[in-house]
Amino acid sequence: MRINITSVFVDDQAKALAFYTEKLGFIKKTDVPTGAARWLTVVSPADPDGVELLLEPDGHPAAGPFKKALAADGIPFTQFAVDDVYAEVERLKGLGVEFTQDATDMGPVVTAVLDDTCGNLIQLATMK
Amino acid sequence: MDADPDLFKALGDATRRIILDELTDKDGQTLFEICGRLTMKHGLASSRQAISQHLAVLEQAGLVRSRRQGRYKFHHIDTRPLRSIIERWPIDREEPNP
Repeated sequence: MRINITSVFVDDQAKALAFYTEKLGFIKKTDVPTGAARWLTVVSPADPDGVELLLEPDGHPAAGPFKKALAADGIPFTQFAVDDVYAEVERLKGLGVEFTQDATDMGPVVTAVLDDTCGNLIQLATMK
Repeated sequence: MDADPDLFKALGDATRRIILDELTDKDGQTLFEICGRLTMKHGLASSRQAISQHLAVLEQAGLVRSRRQGRYKFHHIDTRPLRSIIERWPIDREEPNP
């Protein structure tokens, strides 16, 4: 058994695909129509055969309140690794991405938290 | 009659003083960031609920103000209530009286 997929609930798959590819820099891996939605995944260009991120519709009624509550407290839904959080924050701010937490030295790790425009906060992390 | 019981109660707790230190370092933080700093920088194992309670006490004392911005809530330090302390016990004397 191995972990091949992780997912994030998005409010709009097309908007999510644009953000996760154009801003964050992932690449589309799988895009299959599944009735009303798509089986839509992206991967890191650094690891195209690695773990896929599923951009999953958040249509379930419980998803909305859950996402709102996390966002209000600034809690990220998931985390991505970057080589240099400070540089990545600068790059993404240049592209208009909003952060609820700037790059912050937390001891063994430097983290930042961004808004994915699809209802989620995402943490970026660089281990020292 | 003590005019500021909430102020002194708020300042009387070490975790709350560290929260004020961290907001002094960087003003305007989400609950998540405050929790992260307390855990990672100070080794404090308080739960998120406990930190929320501490923030409520600090807000009650007027030392922290929360601001909603879009879908997020940020916490800001407000040191103005501390002025009442030096008004009550001035610190402008050069030398203590023997």
